Amino acid sequence: MTSHVRLVWIYPDLLSTYGDQGNVLILEQRARARGLSVETVHVRSSDPVPDQGDIYLIGGGEDRPQILGAERLRKDGGLNRAVAHGAALLAVCAGYQIMGSVFGGEEGQPVPGLGLLDISSGRGERRAVGELAAEVDPALGLPTLTGFENHMGVTRLGPGVRPLSRTIVGTGNGDGTEGCYAGKVIGTYLHGPALARNPALADLLLAWTVGPLAPIDDTWYQRLREERLAAVLPA
Amino acid sequence: MSQLPLRAQLASALGRTAATLSRATGRGDGSVIGGRVGLMLEPDLLRQLAADRRLALVSATNGKTTTTRLITSALRQLGEVATNAFGANMPAGHVSALSTAKDAPYAVLEVDEKYLPEVLDTTRAGVVCLMNLSRDQMDRAAEIWLLAQKWRRALAAQPTLVIANCDDPLVTWAATGSARVTWVSAGQRWREDSWCCPECGGPLDRKGVDWACRECAFRRPTPSWVLDGEDVIDPRGQRWRLDLQLPGQANRSNAAIALATVAAFGLEPGHALLGLREVTSVAGRYTTVERDGRSLRLLLAKNPAGWLEAFDVADPSLPIILSVNAQGPDGRDTSWLWDVDYRILRGRPVLVTGERRRDLALRLYVAGVPFQLCDSFGQAVAVLPPGRIDVIANYTAFQQIRTEFGRAE
Repeated sequence: MTSHVRLVWIYPDLLSTYGDQGNVLILEQRARARGLSVETVHVRSSDPVPDQGDIYLIGGGEDRPQILGAERLRKDGGLNRAVAHGAALLAVCAGYQIMGSVFGGEEGQPVPGLGLLDISSGRGERRAVGELAAEVDPALGLPTLTGFENHMGVTRLGPGVRPLSRTIVGTGNGDGTEGCYAGKVIGTYLHGPALARNPALADLLLAWTVGPLAPIDDTWYQRLREERLAAVLPA
Repeated sequence: MSQLPLRAQLASALGRTAATLSRATGRGDGSVIGGRVGLMLEPDLLRQLAADRRLALVSATNGKTTTTRLITSALRQLGEVATNAFGANMPAGHVSALSTAKDAPYAVLEVDEKYLPEVLDTTRAGVVCLMNLSRDQMDRAAEIWLLAQKWRRALAAQPTLVIANCDDPLVTWAATGSARVTWVSAGQRWREDSWCCPECGGPLDRKGVDWACRECAFRRPTPSWVLDGEDVIDPRGQRWRLDLQLPGQANRSNAAIALATVAAFGLEPGHALLGLREVTSVAGRYTTVERDGRSLRLLLAKNPAGWLEAFDVADPSLPIILSVNAQGPDGRDTSWLWDVDYRILRGRPVLVTGERRRDLALRLYVAGVPFQLCDSFGQAVAVLPPGRIDVIANYTAFQQIRTEFGRAE
């Protein structure tokens, strides 16, 4: 294991419409709080994706940027190589759909994805907008997931992935589950700064890279989590 | 003004009565309810009220209310101007504004970005000004590439004169294809939504205010009006010192657009500036209120681009109170907090309040900005010693603070 973490933020010029930068900042903060050194690369969509990173992040975006992003990532191949080498990946919202075999374009047309997750996505009947809370797969040992979703996607999970969580409040994949994971690849509809309210998910990504982590001061994370969960969960 | 048909006259009069009642009973300023009543009785009312006036529509993500006010203030030198000064920027608000000043030969209407195509189609406005487009309240607003596309179609279908900020690639793309465009270099501070070409998706190369697509022919047009620091250079090359009372780069940008707009109405910059310089505060924004020996300057910031503008105006030597809510008009999603770089506040006393103060607290903690959390705005004010204080709040947080201070301008 290493004491150095290489973060790669993919295509902030295309896929960063909802505060996605938050996930980068939170991973940096939580790694540095443990004395780890962090190196972050922001990869524009006109540049090659380096394949030597430890944790890759990809965010949400509108239809056109999503299609452009998927095309460029397929052509580039760097992200697929990195995952094949064992890198971790957190894919959010539009970025989550891109990781599947196919997703729905502007007119609902099928657009091929990267095939890093055994999922296929299409467009739902109505937009899912609002708070989401979900119980995480016990195998991951994480507390309740909390966040905000804003998407029209419906995602079918294939046998090659496990649901990340089961929804208590919100829509998620559309079948009572939310997100999915396989190996060190995690996808979620919790858009934007999903890690702000789920620091344990951030720590999971870090632990996959550097091994067991020391506890750190989580006061402000926990205060926000408690407030949001209390606001949406039945008493 | 030509005479309105009887039905429209009646609809307009009943709407005004509803507005008066609403005000008298303390329900609001009445501009929305009045317009709704009018539109219910005569769905064609907005078109009829707009006909035979010289009308300018003003739309953007940020600066709509202020630019509308600047243009109105200048145009008043030519005659009476109907305007939705209270920021009621959807059709009901437009009806209300126009029926309140039914003989005004001029009208300047602030228009919500989503409603611009509809309002333009209905009113056939002679002039449309467009300043900027950036991420804003994503949980309820259209996504901005989609919005730019809707603007583009609506503008291409009309002979309207478009006054557009060519430093914003998305605005430029929306205005391209219009029959007549006056390009204004009004600056662009927030760039996170315009790294890619709206035409082909290729990367935009940027150098200063200039930009060009690396892969297609789409590039920044040559402006005929240019904002240059404190000055605006008009199409003849003459330089005008703005000397506004409103602070900050964003307002100089709004003023450049306003000067180009009123020039289309025949008002020369020399005269127009007299009107622009009279504006000191817009719907409570930039206003200073007093409490217990403290002078609080109120700044509104509704989205990431707006926060950058507010930081530009805030005084680094003063303590600052930040207040954030997430009610319907603010957007119920606070993700945007992570798009704002708060590190500029390091070194100032920072107090955090508002209904979503915990979201902001975590954001500041991760940014390494020391802060103090306060349960109420009053508590935040009391914590600070007497003297000057800057306040930045988002929409409903700002309205709550104004209500506390009696909505003084």
